[in-house]
Formats: sequence, C-alpha cells, structure tokens
Amino acid sequence: MNHIVLSLLSAVMSLFLWGTDASAFCGFYIGKADTKLFNKASEVVIARHDNNTVITMANDFKGEVKEFAMVVPVPTVLEQDQIHIGDAAVLKHLADYSAPRLVEYFDENPCVRYELMERRSLDMAKSMAPASASARERDTALGVTVEAQYTVGEYDILILSAKESHGLETWLAENGYKIPHGASAVLHSYLKQDMKFFVAKVNLTEQSKLGFTHLRPIQIAFESPKFMLPIRLGTINADGAQELFIYTLTKQGRVETTNYRTVRLPEAQEVPLYVKDKFGEFYRDLFTQQVKREHERGVFLEYAWDMTWCDPCAANPLSAEELKNLGVFWQERPNVKQRGGTLPQAQNVFLTRLHVRYDTAHFPEDLMFQETSDRNNFQARYILRHAWTGTDECPAATAYRQQLRERYEHEAQTLANLTGWTIGDIRKAMNLASVPETEGKKWYQRLWAN
Amino acid sequence: MGQDNGTSQPSEPSFWRDPRFYQIASLSTLLLYGLLVLHFDISIWQIAITISTAQLMQYAGTRYFHLPCFDPKSALISSLSLCLLLRTNDCAVAALAAGITIGSKFVIRWKDKHIFNPTNLALVVVLASGLGWISPGQWGQVAWFGFLIACLGSLVVTRAARADVTLAFLTFYVGLLFARALWLGDPLTIPLHQIESGALLIFSFFMISDPKTTPDSKTGRIVFALIVALTALYIQFHFFTPNGPLWGLIACSPLVPLLDRLFPGVRYDWSKPTTGYTPAAVPLPLSFQPQRRFS
Repeated sequence: MNHIVLSLLSAVMSLFLWGTDASAFCGFYIGKADTKLFNKASEVVIARHDNNTVITMANDFKGEVKEFAMVVPVPTVLEQDQIHIGDAAVLKHLADYSAPRLVEYFDENPCVRYELMERRSLDMAKSMAPASASARERDTALGVTVEAQYTVGEYDILILSAKESHGLETWLAENGYKIPHGASAVLHSYLKQDMKFFVAKVNLTEQSKLGFTHLRPIQIAFESPKFMLPIRLGTINADGAQELFIYTLTKQGRVETTNYRTVRLPEAQEVPLYVKDKFGEFYRDLFTQQVKREHERGVFLEYAWDMTWCDPCAANPLSAEELKNLGVFWQERPNVKQRGGTLPQAQNVFLTRLHVRYDTAHFPEDLMFQETSDRNNFQARYILRHAWTGTDECPAATAYRQQLRERYEHEAQTLANLTGWTIGDIRKAMNLASVPETEGKKWYQRLWAN
Repeated sequence: MGQDNGTSQPSEPSFWRDPRFYQIASLSTLLLYGLLVLHFDISIWQIAITISTAQLMQYAGTRYFHLPCFDPKSALISSLSLCLLLRTNDCAVAALAAGITIGSKFVIRWKDKHIFNPTNLALVVVLASGLGWISPGQWGQVAWFGFLIACLGSLVVTRAARADVTLAFLTFYVGLLFARALWLGDPLTIPLHQIESGALLIFSFFMISDPKTTPDSKTGRIVFALIVALTALYIQFHFFTPNGPLWGLIACSPLVPLLDRLFPGVRYDWSKPTTGYTPAAVPLPLSFQPQRRFS
C-alpha cells in the first residue's frame, strides 16, 4: 500500500517539478539488468542484526550435480537446525527488485508547459523524491575432525575442524572434494583464525527423491561478531575474475565494505533511446568500465533502499514472509495483514545490493563489512527521454527544438563515457546525422538578432 | 593556544615552523581530492557546519576562559580531520561532533593537558551512539600513497618534535600486522592491503601525535604508542570492530597521566616545539608556568 501511495505522490510531485532536474522523480520503469548477464556469478544474501547472521548462498553451477561441492569457512560449528535450504524463487525476487533499471520519460508539449509557467511562479522548494570406524581412524591420522554431519534437503553437509591445513586438504581430496592447488595456504590461515569448514555435496538419492532439477540455495545461521564474506578460497585457481552479488538485509541502514572502496555506480544518467533494446549489454559494459576505472579494486553499490517501497519498482518489494525466508528474523508481527488485505510489508529492513568482480591480485583479503546509519536511497537507474514530436508553434517550442540536437549529442557522449563504446558507432546507431541542425544560428547571431 | 602571558610573541621563523600550517595544507588538499575525485559522501554543508562550529566553539572558549588570543589553527585541523573521517546524514550530528571536539579541549583536562584527543573523542561518541560512521576503505591506493608522502614530508619539513609517537605507533602497528600475516601464513599483500586506510594515516599523523594528549617524555610516548597499537589490534581482531586505532586511543588515553608520572618530561608548546627531552632549549618559566593552555 505504502509504495502505491508514494508512487502516486511522486506522480503528483512531477506535475509541479517538471522544469527541474529529471532526477527529481523516477520515471516509468521499463527494464532491468538480470544477474544472469554475468558469467560465473554467485549470489549471497546476508541478513544480520547484532551478531546474529543468516547467510543464503547460491551460485549458477551448471555442471553435473554430482560434481558439485562447496567448501565455506564458517566461524562456528553449526548444528543441524542452523542449516536450512532456501527458496531460489525468493532470491530471484530479491535480485529482480534490486536490479539496475531503465526508466523512460516523455517530454511534454513545451507550448503547454510554457503557458503553465507563465501562470505559475516556480518558487516552490525543490524536493528530493523520495563415517565408518576405519574412516574415522583416517580422519584422526590427518588431524581432521568431523564435528557434525547432516543431510539437509538435497545436500550432504559436514562441519570440519582440523589441526593443520595439509591434513584437511588431503582429507578433502580423498573424500571427493576438488580442492585447487594452492588452497593449503588459505586453509591454513582460516584454521589459525579458528574457523571451521562447512562442506557440502549433493546427495543424489535425496535429490531425485525431492525432484528438484536445480540446486537450491543453502542457508546457514550463526552468531558471530564477524561481519565478513570469505572470498579467498574462491580466487584460487579461478580462471579470470569471479562475479559476486551480495545482498545485505539489515535493520539500521546501508552496508559497505571497510577494507575496499564501496563505490556508487553512475546513476540517473540520460542515455540514447536505442539502449532500450540492448539494456543488458549496456549495463554489462557499463559495469566493466566502472571496474576498470576503480583499478579493479572497487565494490559497487547497485541498490540501497528501505524494503517498504521502491520507485520505480523493477519488481514489488518482498513480503515479510519472503524476507523471513531469507533470514530476516527481527521483524515484528510479520503475520499481521495490512489494511486492504494486501500482503504484509517488511518493517525495519534495509536492503543493500553490492556487486563485486574479484580476483586474487586485486582482492587479497576477504570482504569485511560494516553497517552504517545511512538510510539514503540509491538505485542504479538509467533514463530514456523521448522527445516531444508535436507540431505546435510557440517561442518555447522553437527553443525546445533548438536544444534537441545538443541533448542527443550529450546523451551519446554520456553513453560512450559510461560504457566505453565508440562515439562514432553510437552516433550512427542514434542516426544523429538525420537530426536537423539547430536552426542554423550561432550564439552570437542569436545575441545580436534583429 | 600555546601563547604565554607576558612572554614574547612567536618570532617569524618559529611562526612558520609551526607544523600546523603544513597539516592544514595537507588535510585541505586531501579533502578536496576526496570530494572531487573519490566522491566522498560528505556535503559542502557538512564541511561548512563542521568548520564553523569548531571555530565558534574555539572563540567562545577563548573568551570564556580569558585566553590571550584566538587561534583558529588547532580547531581547523580538528574540524578538517572530522570532515575527512566522519560520515553522517545529519548536519546536526556534524555540529555536535565539532562541538564535542572543541568543547572537550576546554572541559576535560588534567594538569593542564587534555585527557582525550578531541577529534578522537568526538568520533568515538558519534560511532558509539550510531549517529554516524567512518568509511575507512574509501581512499584507494593513489590517495593513500599521496597522503602518506605528504604526511612523512611534513614531518621532515617541520622537524616535528613529536614525530616519535607517530613513527613508533606505525612501526608497532604495521610490524604486528606483518607478524600476524606471517603467523597465519598469509601472503604479505594482505597486511599491505590492511594498512591502506586513510583513517590509519589521519590517526597516526594527526591524532596520536597531538602533543597536548601524549606523554611528555620520549620513553613515555613510545610505551604509549606500543600500548595503543596492541589495544587497536586486539579490538580489530578479537572483537572484529573496524577502526581499532580510534577505540584503542580512547581506551589508552587515561593512562597518559600515569605515564607522565613514571617518565616525567617537559610540557609542549606549539610555538616552541620540543621533544620533551631538552628542557635547556626552552625557557624554564615558560614550561612550568601554572597557567592554562587550551590548544
């Protein structure tokens, strides 16, 4: 309900605010950039309040499921009821809700606007819109302790602790976990920091019984002051950079990395209309360009928003139930239906979506986070502005037509700058040559026009 | 502000040897770079409010405590450090932080010294209350390295008398980070990455080095630097709290009077920088006058 009210409000505001910067309101949503645009992308949702943390992990594993194995360092030994299987659909909803988006505006008839401006004085304030016995012996010989062993959903899960990394590496290899060469040093470091290892494989019998064709996200819940994401194991032996989307759900405000630069992506930029058909490509290239600009060391903010609303909405905000599914445990009375019978809305949940492309050379250390008290909204939003094509004549219309070509050129430059695409190609795709020249008058001719 | 009743005004050469001019220049440059290139999350309004509140507080304190003259330099350095470190969405919080910074200099004192570094105290109060935050990772390599050079350069140029505490702290802190990495078997790129924090530089060169809050003697200062470094690392790696040095300094500051008693030295004066070891270089009456100084 809330977001409907806010959308209406912004529509009303737009009546009064045109003429000011287009970023003052949010336009009509027309498209989003899917996380599937990026290869080898993993998605992690961290719901955290105080030291209580729920992590949902999903990746786009495409091989044989029997080949699937994951090894995640965790701060504590996890009990069976601290492990849960998440719902991929909810994660998809979260990704859609927070995706970088394309919006469009339509210029109004400048003649009408001109008249209105004459009637109204625009002095209003600008506002911002808002094992078996022998196996056990082997384990002991290697110094590896299987702290716990569970089958949860389609996964066989082990919690391991170890005395030293070589033993752990050997144990993992002997038990069918493909550990890349060179992992030993990283495992050693985590062991010294008293981390345990959460290892999961797919239990094929359980999987066929459950009938899922895809691997569902794994969730773990634990209490720890460590607000971090171990990425070092992922960088060993990885061919090329890895793509990671981190969604944090917190109570207070935006989350940022404390040991890497968190950078806002360029937003609210006006781009040529033809981007509408290739928004995915546009966004992928824009992201690559920004990564280069930050010397491949940045963590990028794609979305930061209070969960109660969105404007424009790439997808509806998640319901309290969906958020609970993702580990949000602090909401009060999540089951109370709101007026009008709509789904109960989330309270006190702030979503931050971070996107990072990482490799060992540029990201030597795990990602460390902190929650800030910043509740300012941010979205990676790109704007298409349709020109007014009417034939009315008035001084405002003449002025409007005069600045159109300049505007198109500016949009072309913006696009080239954002994506690294060649300006010549952009101009060609925009068909700029066919746009009539600015009614032929130079600035000095206009200055001394008779 | 380091002025002495009845003693001569600082002469021209010592006036320019005041390390605070270099500090103001490097902090301002860094703030501009942060705003224009790194896009720090700070508005012009927040900067204006922070600086003006600090100056107003300094002026009010000067009048209230009948100090001989108003000196804006220390207050400017404190407010520039606040602008570089403190992030908040509320200008009132920025004003509050500036108020605490300067106010604490006048109010929280022990034997003519500040107990807490003023900027450090304000930052810790804001962090603890959840009203603002510090973004230690926002600097990037270029800014960090440039600022490091500027800071080291200013130590050399001004022959800063109290560089020992800065160098001692950095040596202990960085050394311990490297030792930890070696113990964990981590590549050395990790400790190198960990020290790449602008907050660490501001802390080392502008906070812990404050002559008005560090022990008077060289031995005392080096012992102090070691205790702060150990506390900072403990906070960082045991409690997993970012900004360990800030919390470390605030926790260790009450130890300064004790260190002063164990290792006595000469009180510092901005216009006549000393290491605290060479009382002969300073006219004795200047250093031991029972008057109040508020810089």
